[in-house]
Amino acid sequence: MSTIETPRLALRDRNLALKLLTNPLGAFSTFMVTLFTFAAVFANQLAPYDPTKSDYTLMRATPSWQHLMGTDDLGRDIFSRMIFGARFTLTGALLAVSIAAVIGCTLGLLAGYFGGFLDTFGNWFSNILQALPGLIVLLAAASVLGNGLYLAMGIFGVLLAPAFYRLVYVTVRAVRNELYVDAARVSGLGDFKIITRHVLGVVRAPIIIQAGIIASIAIAIQAGLQFLGFGDVESISWGALLMDGYSKIWEQPIRLVWPAVGLALLMVSLVLFATILRDELERVGARVRKSTKKSLDEHVKERELAPAIVHPEPDRHGEELVKISKLEIGYLQVGGKYKVVVHDSNLSINKGEVVGLVGESGSGKTQTALALLGLLPAGGTILDGSITFDGIELKTLASKEYDKLRGARISYIPQEPMSNLDPSFTIGSQLVEPMRMVLGLGKEEARARAIDLLDKVGLPDPEKTYSSYPHEVSGGQAQRVLIAGALSCDPDLIIADEPTTALDVTIQAEILDVLREMQKATGVAILLVTHNFGVVADLCDRVAVMQYGRIVESGAIIDIFDHPQHPYTQELLGSILDENGPARGAYVAPAGK
Amino acid sequence: MLKFIARRLGTGAVLLFAVCTLAYFLLYLGSNTIARSILGVQATKADIARFNHMHGLDKSFLESYWGWFTHAVRFDFGSPWTFAQPVTEIVRMRLGTTLILVTSSLTIAAIVSVILGVTAALRGGWIDRIVQFLGLLGFAIPNFLVAFALVIVFAVQHKVFNAVGWTPPGTDFGEFVKSAALPIGALAFTSLASITQQIRGAVRDSLQNDYVRTLRTRGLSYNRVVFKHVLRNAAGPALSILGLQFVGMLGGIVIIEQIFAIPGLGSFGVLATSQKDIPAVMGLVTVTAIIVIVVNLVIDLLSAALNPKVRLA
Repeated sequence: MSTIETPRLALRDRNLALKLLTNPLGAFSTFMVTLFTFAAVFANQLAPYDPTKSDYTLMRATPSWQHLMGTDDLGRDIFSRMIFGARFTLTGALLAVSIAAVIGCTLGLLAGYFGGFLDTFGNWFSNILQALPGLIVLLAAASVLGNGLYLAMGIFGVLLAPAFYRLVYVTVRAVRNELYVDAARVSGLGDFKIITRHVLGVVRAPIIIQAGIIASIAIAIQAGLQFLGFGDVESISWGALLMDGYSKIWEQPIRLVWPAVGLALLMVSLVLFATILRDELERVGARVRKSTKKSLDEHVKERELAPAIVHPEPDRHGEELVKISKLEIGYLQVGGKYKVVVHDSNLSINKGEVVGLVGESGSGKTQTALALLGLLPAGGTILDGSITFDGIELKTLASKEYDKLRGARISYIPQEPMSNLDPSFTIGSQLVEPMRMVLGLGKEEARARAIDLLDKVGLPDPEKTYSSYPHEVSGGQAQRVLIAGALSCDPDLIIADEPTTALDVTIQAEILDVLREMQKATGVAILLVTHNFGVVADLCDRVAVMQYGRIVESGAIIDIFDHPQHPYTQELLGSILDENGPARGAYVAPAGK
Repeated sequence: MLKFIARRLGTGAVLLFAVCTLAYFLLYLGSNTIARSILGVQATKADIARFNHMHGLDKSFLESYWGWFTHAVRFDFGSPWTFAQPVTEIVRMRLGTTLILVTSSLTIAAIVSVILGVTAALRGGWIDRIVQFLGLLGFAIPNFLVAFALVIVFAVQHKVFNAVGWTPPGTDFGEFVKSAALPIGALAFTSLASITQQIRGAVRDSLQNDYVRTLRTRGLSYNRVVFKHVLRNAAGPALSILGLQFVGMLGGIVIIEQIFAIPGLGSFGVLATSQKDIPAVMGLVTVTAIIVIVVNLVIDLLSAALNPKVRLA
């Protein structure tokens, strides 16, 4: 049962509060929100003057020690009015947020948890409200129901309910199908218990975040409505102070500045608070996930590095095309250190050779392949060693020069066919574009060549495929298109990264056939990255085995199959007998020799 | 394609009907106090009864709504109670002004935010941090506070632009710029900040796609892949953001028009609602709802045109 994890987010509240306060902006926003709330609650004690008391001897006073923010037309102290205004502004926002949260969360919880009729109703409710032009409806409502601002805020709360509804609905839907909720149900917990114990815990943090944002919007709308003249003229609020200040904008613009700055500070603090809380939550979540995996560094430390086993290969012929020596690849970490993913690896590929690079996932195969292409993901670098291609050192190659190499001389077949075609362009245009750029072909020439290639990789109707969009072809067809793309500029080397893994078993065999035929026809060298020894046996001349970021054994295919020396190679070879698929038939051939 | 448009127009009509009915119902609910507030405290009971009878307020909700509805479908929103001209006429005159404000603000915001958002997504670093901070400010600070700041700086302290008033662009273009600069600036800034951030997100998402790397392995340069493929795929999400912003701006413009005393739909809305003028409010609600529905339809059609998967649906 230990595999059923409950999300840690909710359990780390105390930790989170600490994180929020140690982040400078987080501390600032928390402080500001607390300050304004404090002012609102203790307005009676804090305000130096009665906010409604006029002093006709001191009208329109400029800021001084007696009146920190000056006085208005009736000689009332603006600082005191600001403090009392905070009370009104925050109460209004609280009202709107509470109503929105209660309606939105209840409907969202029920609709998300039980589905069915409630689901339909909730969506309908949410859609209708979102289609209404908010402020206009608010104006209409205000004209009908009277000028009470609290009433307007209540209505606004209803209008804002969808924001909570959608959030809770989506979260609950996701949680509902989690294993631990099933487990709770199986162990006999009632729906109510499950909702309060498991579901509420997960949605609590997102609700707090959303509340901060909604409060900020409510404050803006409230101030805006008051500025438009809705609400009780006598009420002391920042919106009313705005209106008052705006009427004296030519004489005393400072009077507009106080409420404007107050509103801006409060709203920015609320949004900042919500944003930082969200960021911290995401960071906590990410950290939990990462720490469960043992890093390669640890494996490296744990194992004593025996020298890699290199089988002698006296029969090899052809010129050397790629030489990887002592390759080390690392990713820059937050602390400025590198996390090593590939190290101490040697590999060579001759012209026209098909070389398999085998190992379990996470062993560094793909990293090696991407390093060869010069396309390591952000943060990844070659730390040590060298990669040469036809005598050119790739580690230090300028990016312009690399662009000339890719496509023209080194090409690539990815694992997942569908996501590797741009969905917005036709297959034809994606094939033609590189040929025109790299080979400098004319439009018609490139088109003819593309259709010819599509025919050669075995697509039944190349003209039709040419003008199709990626979503209109099957996965197997898309992979043929990608093979055609890799061949399109006559490269010397193709890097095929698990080219059959994402496909159905029958289609895997077809794709391997296409690869073999194309290789025979063009004499291109292939670096075949795979976890499947069967595929290797099917296609490769030579093979290199990778484990924990290091190539541990390499040699001609027959030697490796007949005399595997490294325990890991032996283990991998043992396991292929359990695998189904095209591998098995082909495996017999080398073994039978 | 035609089927798609027809279906969307159908949903739009249903939505429009629902919004109008709901709005009319709300207005009708509060109609017993309208006569008093328009005629004033001196009005006799007979005056009020006459007013209610004249405007059909003594009828049942369904009767009253049906009367409005049968005219409204012919774009006749009746005569307002507190304005001289028919509602349709007023709306037609004021709609242009509002649309000029909204479209020019949105155009400026769109151009600047595409540049900023794309740069932030591609470059990262300090420009990215500035864009994110601006996004936060723009999200948190409503446009009327921005308007106040602009007025204080550019109209009160430095008399570069006008603080109030409106000159149509046809009359005197120089004066138009002086009167429109600050409201457009305030509207544009707020939406600029949030559009930029969303475009940044769309471009970053698009950069994550597998085909970006695969296209590079075909020998295409980084710039070519970014400017042809990445941006093309970020265009769809960016377009929906613009649509949302347009609708949002229609709400935000109410206060902006009021601040700058601009005779647009927003200030008309404030006048109409403060005077509880049912035909005027209903005309405004209907027209706004139609604009929102049409804009959403156009955005959907454009997105469909951009996305080959929906193009034929």
